[in-house]
Amino acid sequence: MASQVLTPEAVNETPVAEERAFVASQRQLVWRKFRRHKLAVAAIVVLGALYFVSIFAEFFTPYPALHRFKEFGEAPPTRIRVVSPTRGLSRPFVFATARELDKATFTYQYTDSDRELPIRFFVRSEEPFSLLGFIPWNVRLFGIEDPSVPVFIFGSDRLGRDVFSRIFFAGRISLFIGFGGVFVAFVLGVIFGGISGYYGGVVDDAIQRIIEFLLSIPNIPLWIALSATLPHDWGILRIYFAITIILALQSWTGLARVVRGKLISLREEDFVMAAQVAAATNGAIIRRHLVPGFTSYLITHLTLAIPGMIIGETALSFLGLGIRPPAVSWGTLLQDAQSISALGLQPWLMIPGAFVLLAVMMFNFIGDGLRDAADPYAT
Amino acid sequence: MLAFIRQRFFIAIPLLVMISIASFVIILLPPGSYVETYIQRLEEQGFLANESVIEQLYRQYGLDRSPVMQYWLWMRNFLTKGEMGRSFIYSMPVTDIIMERLPLSIAFTFAAFALTWIIAVPLGIYSAVRQYSLTDYVATTMSFIGLAVPNFLLALGLAYVVFVNTGHAITSLYSLEFRNAPWSWAKLVDVAKNAWLAVFVIAVGGTAPLVRILRGTLLDELKKLYVTTARAKGLNETRVIFKYPVRIAFNPLISTIGWTLPALVSGEVIVSRVLGLETLGPVLLEAALSEDMYLVGSIVMILSGLIVVGTLVSDVLLAVIDPRIRFGRSAS
Repeated sequence: MASQVLTPEAVNETPVAEERAFVASQRQLVWRKFRRHKLAVAAIVVLGALYFVSIFAEFFTPYPALHRFKEFGEAPPTRIRVVSPTRGLSRPFVFATARELDKATFTYQYTDSDRELPIRFFVRSEEPFSLLGFIPWNVRLFGIEDPSVPVFIFGSDRLGRDVFSRIFFAGRISLFIGFGGVFVAFVLGVIFGGISGYYGGVVDDAIQRIIEFLLSIPNIPLWIALSATLPHDWGILRIYFAITIILALQSWTGLARVVRGKLISLREEDFVMAAQVAAATNGAIIRRHLVPGFTSYLITHLTLAIPGMIIGETALSFLGLGIRPPAVSWGTLLQDAQSISALGLQPWLMIPGAFVLLAVMMFNFIGDGLRDAADPYAT
Repeated sequence: MLAFIRQRFFIAIPLLVMISIASFVIILLPPGSYVETYIQRLEEQGFLANESVIEQLYRQYGLDRSPVMQYWLWMRNFLTKGEMGRSFIYSMPVTDIIMERLPLSIAFTFAAFALTWIIAVPLGIYSAVRQYSLTDYVATTMSFIGLAVPNFLLALGLAYVVFVNTGHAITSLYSLEFRNAPWSWAKLVDVAKNAWLAVFVIAVGGTAPLVRILRGTLLDELKKLYVTTARAKGLNETRVIFKYPVRIAFNPLISTIGWTLPALVSGEVIVSRVLGLETLGPVLLEAALSEDMYLVGSIVMILSGLIVVGTLVSDVLLAVIDPRIRFGRSAS
């Protein structure tokens, strides 16, 4: 718009950066600002990698989520070595381990044998599988030729399942439940917030009371109570959707408040009046003039709502009320790490917690970056 | 002032009614009525249910009537006799179970609340006054991590660290020798030894947003001209900061009580479960896992009700310190 007003000579005189700012769309401006937030950009890369590896977990991990090494329960992380006692420096390899029951403590002790097994990349897996559920595939990123010797990067659980592989399969549920929940929260939040802000009056009052009511119920007790009412015979998928809705039940209220607040302040703006004078319809005013005014806030708010849902799912599953085994989520993995004695003996079972932490922090960084970028008044 | 309190009070009452309705819906949600589950339980344990007992239970809970009537009966019993139904896993009246553990839950929430402020206020003020200092960065980073760590993980991790360093495993609120002892100084010390970790963990989650808010408002406030004036007049820096800016920055903090309370209660439920503390949290969880719905619904109602009361108190408090609210204008 602004560039049309300027004469060509004037444009030539303005510095390049400023000129670009004149013609840049809102989205470009936000993106430009966001890129300056290094931490947020790094967070996007890390999160992207996490999602990518989880989606293609079959390829990136050495074993299926439920694959058991019956002889290798509670095995500590396998050490990957590059220096061989006989051959000196070599390609990465592991020692085959043997298990013994320590009669004094009744715990299993793992000792290295002197059998060296090289880690191979792009190994053929025994059983073929499919990527994304439909691409037939039989190559895994890494593994060991001898299928009887496991390589546990993060150790194994009580049943001898590889924690490393399970973390990424679990990521499919834990990382995506946030999106499901946020979608439900988005729909509810925009509808109720929109009605509340646009109509005002009694409807607004009623919706505000409902929000106050929902917010006065502490979330964990509410989630616990609602999960308790889910029938036991439901399948994984139905439980998953039910949990999503339970998690979204309260979080839409925050969004509704943002939408309402923005609508109320925006509808008083001069450009809305101008649009009305120009005989624009209500729908067009909302679509073209009001919604763009708060989309950036919506996106920020949604980004910051996802970590809460990831933590919520983890907490519920950890307590035994969320996703149920054999489905794996970060919460169900952490169920193994519930007692201090388990932590003392198998501290590696806490590793899934580190992934929860990582995902949540990355989302927070991105949300923070977006918030700064979306605020037109911030410098 | 009185008018303001009255107005908040009239908002709180319908809120409490809605909470009670929602809690009762939770009780009714699972398929099968209380009595059916009760009979099923008895049979699983090898008892035959007594016909007259069943009859009496049906009558007591009004299960042959409509849900609305059932709710009405439940509420009437609660308001007139303080009864909220029976729990099968404890074979006790729900009220007795709640009353036994509620004081501890409240004490925990209060202690955590106090600790949240004790940590957040100095940290918030300091990181605003010394913006971009090392402490500011440390506080910001810590609050990011504090927000990101699920509190049950933090509880587990810290309990493990305590165990490794001191050999003391926190698995209950009371050590064995004090479990049935009457309250005494020694028992109090023992309880504190087991409780501090939980209080700390619950508080940490609530601290981060408070520090952010306090820092933000105080930074805005410190840029204002009256602060410059005060400095120009030669007031010492402590007085400049504490006389007005800090007091003003406190207002949004007090209005956060409404949403920090639910978070603290939630934290208490889950942290107590992890550390085995005998508060309402583990009971709620156990009841939920075995679908003891009268106990579940009642605990949700009591906890939410207390939050509404707590928020009401904080509103009144806000009105006491902020004249704008007292005189009917909102302080947004």
